[in-house]
Amino acid sequence: MQTRRETLKHSAAVAGLLATTGLFPQYAWAYNKSAFEAKSVADTVKALGGSAPVESKDVTIGGPDIAENGAVVPLTASTTLAGVKQMLILVEKNPAALVALFNVTDSVDANFATRSKMGQSSDVYAVALMADGKALFAKKEVKVTLGGCGG
Amino acid sequence: MADPMRIRAQAAGDKTTVRVLMAHEMESGQRKDAAGKTVPAWHISEVSAAHNGKVVMTADWGPAVSKNPFLQFTVKGAKAGDKIAVTWKDNKGDSRTDEAVVT
Repeated sequence: MQTRRETLKHSAAVAGLLATTGLFPQYAWAYNKSAFEAKSVADTVKALGGSAPVESKDVTIGGPDIAENGAVVPLTASTTLAGVKQMLILVEKNPAALVALFNVTDSVDANFATRSKMGQSSDVYAVALMADGKALFAKKEVKVTLGGCGG
Repeated sequence: MADPMRIRAQAAGDKTTVRVLMAHEMESGQRKDAAGKTVPAWHISEVSAAHNGKVVMTADWGPAVSKNPFLQFTVKGAKAGDKIAVTWKDNKGDSRTDEAVVT
């Protein structure tokens, strides 16, 4: 049984080796900091290398019309289109718009659900980044009720 | 070490719906403590899922994902008895992997 410290040391060493040989799988170091710091939807898509987002009815965003608790807002993003590279979930008026980014492979459907925090009522976006660099989006308004008693 | 994830993978036809509940604080970096100091961000930044050892999905998360995150995705071609493993890594370098069998 390895201790955690040893495991970490080993994985760091392996990562270093792989990085120097250029064999490191892309997903492992793909965390895109600038995308998570971008303030607006358009900036986020730009940071990820997509073109200006276009609204599309083939992309769907799911979420409540009214969220009573802004700390837990269930959101879903999906598309039926083929050739999707990444699916994004964004909340426009959060301090940083990007909530989550999913890398789509052939083995999974482009259909993801998670729960997000929302600071205030805002439009939420699902963006599909296609393999050819196009960005397609769908948006929906979610009202956040502070105080949390409906109404 | 962080608490275990709860993973449920249910096959329906040739698709398997995987639901994951992770235990994580997901501190946003926006909150202030009683002394008025900003609580530093502490959140899961990378998630990956593997089907029988082959990575099928990876995700990057920001601090805006809710506390104790929920994630649902669909794996194509997974059958009952297959293994789905989910790994997360947070921005402090901590990580955890848990595995579930498709039912």
